[in-house]
Amino acid sequence: MAETNPNPQSVADGLLKTPTGIKGLDEITGGGLPQGRPTLVCGGTGCGKTLLAMEFLVRGAMQFDEPGVFMSFEEKSGELSKNFASLGFDLNELVGQNKLAIDYVHIEPSEIEETGEYDLEGLIIRLGYAIDTLGAKRVALDTIEALFSGLSNEATLRSELRRLFRFLKDKGVTAIVTGEQGERTFTRFGLEEYVADCVIFLNHTVSQQIATRRMRIVKYRGSAHGTNEYPFLIDRQGFSVMPISSLGLDHPASTERIPTGIPRLDVMLGGKGYYRGSSILVTGTAGAGKTSIAAHFVDAACRRGERCLYFAFEESQNQIIRNMNSIGFDLGQWVDQGLLQFHNSRATLYGLEMHLVAMHRAIDGFKPGIVVIDPISDLVAAATEDEVKSMLCRMIDYLKMQQITALCTELTSTGARLGWTEVGISSLMDAWLLLQIMETGGERNRGLYLLKSRGMAHSNQVREFILTDDGVQLRDVYIGPGGVLTGSARDAQEARDKAESLDGQQEIERKRREIERKKTAIEAQITVLHTQFEAEKDDLDRLIAKEKQRGETLALDNRAMAKGRQADELTGPQ
Amino acid sequence: MTNVENSKMTNKTTTGEEKWLLRLYVAGQTPRAITAFANLKKICEEYLDGSYQIEVIDLLVNPALAKDDQILALPTLVRKLPEPVKKIIGDLSNTERVLVGLDIRPII
Repeated sequence: MAETNPNPQSVADGLLKTPTGIKGLDEITGGGLPQGRPTLVCGGTGCGKTLLAMEFLVRGAMQFDEPGVFMSFEEKSGELSKNFASLGFDLNELVGQNKLAIDYVHIEPSEIEETGEYDLEGLIIRLGYAIDTLGAKRVALDTIEALFSGLSNEATLRSELRRLFRFLKDKGVTAIVTGEQGERTFTRFGLEEYVADCVIFLNHTVSQQIATRRMRIVKYRGSAHGTNEYPFLIDRQGFSVMPISSLGLDHPASTERIPTGIPRLDVMLGGKGYYRGSSILVTGTAGAGKTSIAAHFVDAACRRGERCLYFAFEESQNQIIRNMNSIGFDLGQWVDQGLLQFHNSRATLYGLEMHLVAMHRAIDGFKPGIVVIDPISDLVAAATEDEVKSMLCRMIDYLKMQQITALCTELTSTGARLGWTEVGISSLMDAWLLLQIMETGGERNRGLYLLKSRGMAHSNQVREFILTDDGVQLRDVYIGPGGVLTGSARDAQEARDKAESLDGQQEIERKRREIERKKTAIEAQITVLHTQFEAEKDDLDRLIAKEKQRGETLALDNRAMAKGRQADELTGPQ
Repeated sequence: MTNVENSKMTNKTTTGEEKWLLRLYVAGQTPRAITAFANLKKICEEYLDGSYQIEVIDLLVNPALAKDDQILALPTLVRKLPEPVKKIIGDLSNTERVLVGLDIRPII
């Protein structure tokens, strides 16, 4: 086109976009449809072209204050109003507020006689008048191909269509033009030839009896856009294109930890529990206690005042509440307080995409901190494994973006090897708890392994997992020469151990008493020896004193004798 | 052209009343509009024998009128009377087709 800038980069920079307001579509188009240009929406019958066009106008009028003109070549305005009322759009009200104009262009070939040259100026004037009256910024033509069936001069039509699209561009309105899918072309009459800026293709396929709608941006001149086929959905709230995982892996990573509700499990998870916003997979065979683990988590969260959303594909709300009552949880109180919401549906009720949207809707509406999906393996019933994986991938990405902690349970078949999941999504998960039934000695006991837990030191130990009246309890398993023992075997072994240890203690006690006795005996001996020693020492002292006295007496006597003899050599002190 | 004569004959019975109300939609004085009007005038004079009325509506002046008569192509001739409403698009250069379109020529 003449006005297209030859440098694509500057076009991309300068390309203005008109947001559609349609959930998801603005994301994959990077902001909306090219402003002031026509966009072609094509697809087969019943793929949602008219709805997309109308929703574009309605959302424009309601959310962006941009009035719109809907030119319908197929349905009368009354029919349109009725059809869209079922989707929650009140067209009559918008028309009354001058935010929307619906112009039904009636083309009935049998009523029209062609005689000679003509042009479509009448249509252009009509459209121009409607645009000018409302100050419309948006236009939808649905579907202009009806002209081809109403008018026979194709050469004139083509040149006039070209003029019409040029007129729309000159008017500066953002337009959606719909076209029926052709056999080998996007539209039966080659409208894509005229609308070169943006082409959106809608597809409606049925696989395994479940219909899935998909959308693809075939072309978006001057703008980057998602190129995949994106599933979309039409329901009571209109059109929604699924958010896609390929948008990038840039979700926030919180370091906040949230308890699992099972103190012992918290310890196994580095003492603090799961990361907020992480995704946790609990796998196990039937009856291994997956739902109980989930119930613990939910109960703990509700106690903290966090909102929880519980998607159950197997059990009804009442059934879950009753069953969890048996292990001591009153989940009903949280439902009553509005902290817990259940969404129960059979996986086969509708297609995977519908599930995804239903879940999105529920999450958007309830804004939970924690989401439980119990069990994800049931979704396989609604689609193939690959689709489930892709869906869960998108789901988990979405939850991570929202910093919602997700706990998914998955049923594995008995005898499946460890580290293998039915749905093949273990690699998407941040933490993986495996519940396994261990069958020994004629009984089945539950074991819990922590297969992985990203970003934290975690226990490598197997724990025995016991369901009690007060919930789940984790116990160490007995690991001894006889192997890993659980259940009553473990109890028996523990009783034996206890008996052995009692014997040991008695022996020690006995030894202690003996030693005490010995000590007493030795102390007594010491006392005796001491006494003997004292006695001997006394004797000695006495002898010494006696001897000394005797010497003194002797000297005295000698002196007395010498005095008596008058010995004159007696000198010395007196 | 014998059939045309027939129709002329039948129409003659209602001479004097304005039985035919014809509306020609155009957008400005384009050559095509002028041609169409000239062709219409000629046909009416030839076959409707004065019992007609032609309104020319210029959509550039009155764009709002386009919607009421479901105008797409221009020029468009609308036979408002007699009922039912009939539409003929183009410059009316093919007289035979105009007559068919206006139901002037009876179908045998």
